[in-house]
Amino acid sequence: MHEKVSRDEYYLSQPKGAHWYPYEDHGGTILAIAGEDFSLVGSDTRLSEGFSIHSRDHPHTYRLSEKTVMGSVGFHGDVLTLKKLLDSRLKIYEHEHNKAMTTSAIAAMLSTMMYGRRFFPFYTNTILAGMDENGKGCVYSFDPIGSYERELFRAGGSASSMLQPLLDNQIGFKNQGDVPHTPLTLEKALALIKDVFISAAERDIYTGDGVCINIITADGVRQERFPLRRD
Amino acid sequence: MSLFATERPKSGFSFENCARNGVLEKTGFTAPTAVKTGTTIAGLVFEDGIVLGADTRATEGSVVADKNCSKIHFLAPNMYCCGAGTAADNDMVTQKISGELELLRLNTGRMPRVCAANRILKQMLFRYQGHIGAYLVLGGVDTTGPHLYSIHAHGSSDKLPYVTMGSGSLAAMSVFESRYKPNMKREEAMQTVRDAIAGGVFNDLGSGTNIDLCIITKDKVDYLRPYDEANIKGQRQGSYRYARGTTGVLNTTVKKIDYDVTSAAIKQLEVMETD
Repeated sequence: MHEKVSRDEYYLSQPKGAHWYPYEDHGGTILAIAGEDFSLVGSDTRLSEGFSIHSRDHPHTYRLSEKTVMGSVGFHGDVLTLKKLLDSRLKIYEHEHNKAMTTSAIAAMLSTMMYGRRFFPFYTNTILAGMDENGKGCVYSFDPIGSYERELFRAGGSASSMLQPLLDNQIGFKNQGDVPHTPLTLEKALALIKDVFISAAERDIYTGDGVCINIITADGVRQERFPLRRD
Repeated sequence: MSLFATERPKSGFSFENCARNGVLEKTGFTAPTAVKTGTTIAGLVFEDGIVLGADTRATEGSVVADKNCSKIHFLAPNMYCCGAGTAADNDMVTQKISGELELLRLNTGRMPRVCAANRILKQMLFRYQGHIGAYLVLGGVDTTGPHLYSIHAHGSSDKLPYVTMGSGSLAAMSVFESRYKPNMKREEAMQTVRDAIAGGVFNDLGSGTNIDLCIITKDKVDYLRPYDEANIKGQRQGSYRYARGTTGVLNTTVKKIDYDVTSAAIKQLEVMETD
């Protein structure tokens, strides 16, 4: 409906017209957990745009090295570009230093790469997961312009606001009084990720189709998949 | 709003909050979004009558508000209406017109015709210039035969042998356009409508969970809810129950409440299980 405006308001207002917007949201949810000697990063496998589905089998996790996996959601063009740039920077480092980059080094580098685009950001929510120099699991989470922090667990993407409080309760033992803080085993963490994605798929329209979990240990990276509801 | 509980509220829409809401929006306050149904709804005319179908997901933005809501609304014993768009508008409009049809039946002594429901609905929706967000698929069987209409929120309606509405309407219509034939048998018609709604349930993010069907014929109505439970929640492995005492008690105060005993009696009560 058209609101009544004065003649001056109409002629002095901004020109109206269709505007090209550089970003689009392709949905998806990611989740990473760091354990004592392992690290997990899982994502759903749905790629969507608006109310449509582009692909039911396109995981949002990308292997960077034997010890590090990146999960990234948001604008898919920027997700792929970020992965491409990281891959080439990792290769250059390996050639120059004759060793693979540590997870903490990759995290620090990613932060500077993202802040370099401070005024035309990578529209992505990224989480790095891997093994640190001491063989312990680590998780680094980033905002679109590179602010990062090492954490024990983090959820990102469209259903992150539904998953993060559950993780705070189950892994961080928040709001649970004097419950004993039992250390998280790989089996329990895997079961938790599966259950948590089942719940996310119930209430978030952008999460579904399948889950792809990357398990990073001292022996390398292995993948596990299982189906989710497809509606 | 009247403070007296005994005073009957004025009927119809109340525009009391409009001025205040306008001011709030200018100061930057974002109003809460209405629950929309996202939705795939469809209807088709077959040999013996009408088959209506609908999904069961209601969304609030990108969150599923209701996983199993009912979108096929009762209008009359011989007429049902599927609704897409704003959930509250669909519920209220169909209830209002259902009442008007009953009054029409009492005043004329005849079963109301589908064209009457169509006229009343579109004239009301046009009067509100589309602000009542009701997008309907109206179907029913009356003395002149089976009739199917699609009605838009701005007040236009189309009388057709097969129609779809909602965000999943394109997915559903693609199934209809490839499989519709005039005078289909009951089983084939039910399967086609089920498949059309399934197209929306799986390929449209605004539609999901179950498929409801409603088959209306001259003699009876079959309201099948759910007709197809196409999506079931995955089995969770862990148990997330909390042991008693998980929520810590910070402090306890006991207050004495003075009361008078007026009568005493012994009653057998069912003990409530809380585990």
